[in-house]
Amino acid sequence: MSAPAMGTSKMAHSDSSHRKKKGPGALATAYLVIYNVVMTAGWLVIAVGLVRAYLARGSYHGLYYSIEKPLKFFQTGALLEILHCAVGIVPSSVVLTGFQVMSRVFLTWAVTHSVREVQSEDSVLLFVVAWTITEIIRYSFYTFSLLNHLPYLIKWARYTFFIVLYPMGVTGELLTIYSALPYVQKTGLYSITLPNKYNFSFDYHTFLIITMISYIPLFPQLYFHMIRQRKKVLGHVEEYSKVE
Amino acid sequence: MKHYEVEILDAKTKDKLCFLDKVEPNATIGEIKSMFHKSHPQWYPARQSIRLDPKGKSLKDEDVLQNLPVGTTATFYFRDLGAQISWVTVFLTEYAGPLVIYLMFYFRVPFIYAPKYDFTTSKHWVVHLACMCHSFHYVKRLLETLFVHRFSHGTMPLRNIFKNCTYYWGFAAWMAYYINHPLYTPPMYGEQQVKLALIIFLFCQIGNFSIHIALRNLRPPGSKTRKIPYPTKNPFTWIFLLVSCPNYTYELGSWLGFTLMTQCLPVAFFTLVGFIQMTVWAKGKHRSYLKEFRDYPPLRSPILPFIL
Repeated sequence: MSAPAMGTSKMAHSDSSHRKKKGPGALATAYLVIYNVVMTAGWLVIAVGLVRAYLARGSYHGLYYSIEKPLKFFQTGALLEILHCAVGIVPSSVVLTGFQVMSRVFLTWAVTHSVREVQSEDSVLLFVVAWTITEIIRYSFYTFSLLNHLPYLIKWARYTFFIVLYPMGVTGELLTIYSALPYVQKTGLYSITLPNKYNFSFDYHTFLIITMISYIPLFPQLYFHMIRQRKKVLGHVEEYSKVE
Repeated sequence: MKHYEVEILDAKTKDKLCFLDKVEPNATIGEIKSMFHKSHPQWYPARQSIRLDPKGKSLKDEDVLQNLPVGTTATFYFRDLGAQISWVTVFLTEYAGPLVIYLMFYFRVPFIYAPKYDFTTSKHWVVHLACMCHSFHYVKRLLETLFVHRFSHGTMPLRNIFKNCTYYWGFAAWMAYYINHPLYTPPMYGEQQVKLALIIFLFCQIGNFSIHIALRNLRPPGSKTRKIPYPTKNPFTWIFLLVSCPNYTYELGSWLGFTLMTQCLPVAFFTLVGFIQMTVWAKGKHRSYLKEFRDYPPLRSPILPFIL
């Protein structure tokens, strides 16, 4: 469900924010434009890296390694978005944004990075591609919105591509976590057993299974929220000109 | 004596829900709620929110009709608060759970630990002490609910019981699992640590109880009045000089004591989460004291002297 981190309430807010609300100050807007431009560029780098590696190797196997570093850098950089909400320059819920970013960061570091054996799995490519396309659209959407110059194409893409990308990303994420399970169990990765002086235990293997199960209630809720948002935003096609 | 006419509209749809004529001018909102309940039996008074303005604050049951800013035909707006449950019921349920659940782990009821440990007891004396303290704490809470506390609200939303029970019962199970585990490790500094922890725990239990009694005595039976609490002859209440909600301060102290006694990380988590919640409540209470009383003692902090 972190696949395309659509920022559910975020987009509803940023659509209305440049119409009705005060919005961030001039300095904050400038900073946010730079942030979103940099992130768009970063994910474009990842996209280009994937394409080039594919053309060079002739297969889509093991493409993760070619974009590992920029993926980690730019996905982790998204943590700043939590700060943006907390400080108030972005009118979104800290909790919702935090949850979405943390789930992406969790998959990047606590699963893919930590369990080397899954890095060559095709499921990793599945979610990386989903995230890449989603983020390029999402960050350019924010950039143009902040500049009050949003091309309808970008808005349309943002509220349409998720229909395929979201399930695609979720599938990739679940398959990746699933393939990590045997290795985590075998090595006891991130797990604490009894006895110890803090009288505490943690089984990462069980934790991962619970995480996978949590997708069942969460994913449909987020997905159908996006569908409803799409109807609301794109429904008024007749009233909108190409450029707002 | 002029009678009033009262109409009640739905706050959202503005539909006319009820019309009452020949209402006494000295009728209270509580009495009006009873009358409304007669025509709409599914909305018992506890789940009615009656206000002057659709988006305004709820009127109190004690408010008298003729003292409100309304004409002789009064228009009120109604909002359904949802199914309600009494505070007493919620407290009894949420506190009975931890008592029972902890004992199940203490007695190592089957299907929790490996079968060879079923119905055995821990060999560490601190584990027995911890069970006694934990049980004492919740028995105290149950008795206070029945005999000490005077609640200002009769009810709360029904869904709260599920939320609250999940919290109390869940944490109780989590803590009890480790403390009563066959592989439990007793505190690092042994008897010294446990004795100190017990003193802190008992001191704070007495303190907490003293505060509950002092608060009860502020309020005559059956009333909902609010007064500024002051230190009494009981030294445990002298903390009122520095703190608005010392019941929470003592509660934090009790759980810190229990954490020290058991040296168990889940207990520390429970203490932390409880502390955060109690701080939120204490700050709210402190703020309403300041709003309601001009002469509220300025030295007091919400929960921690001088700090928080």
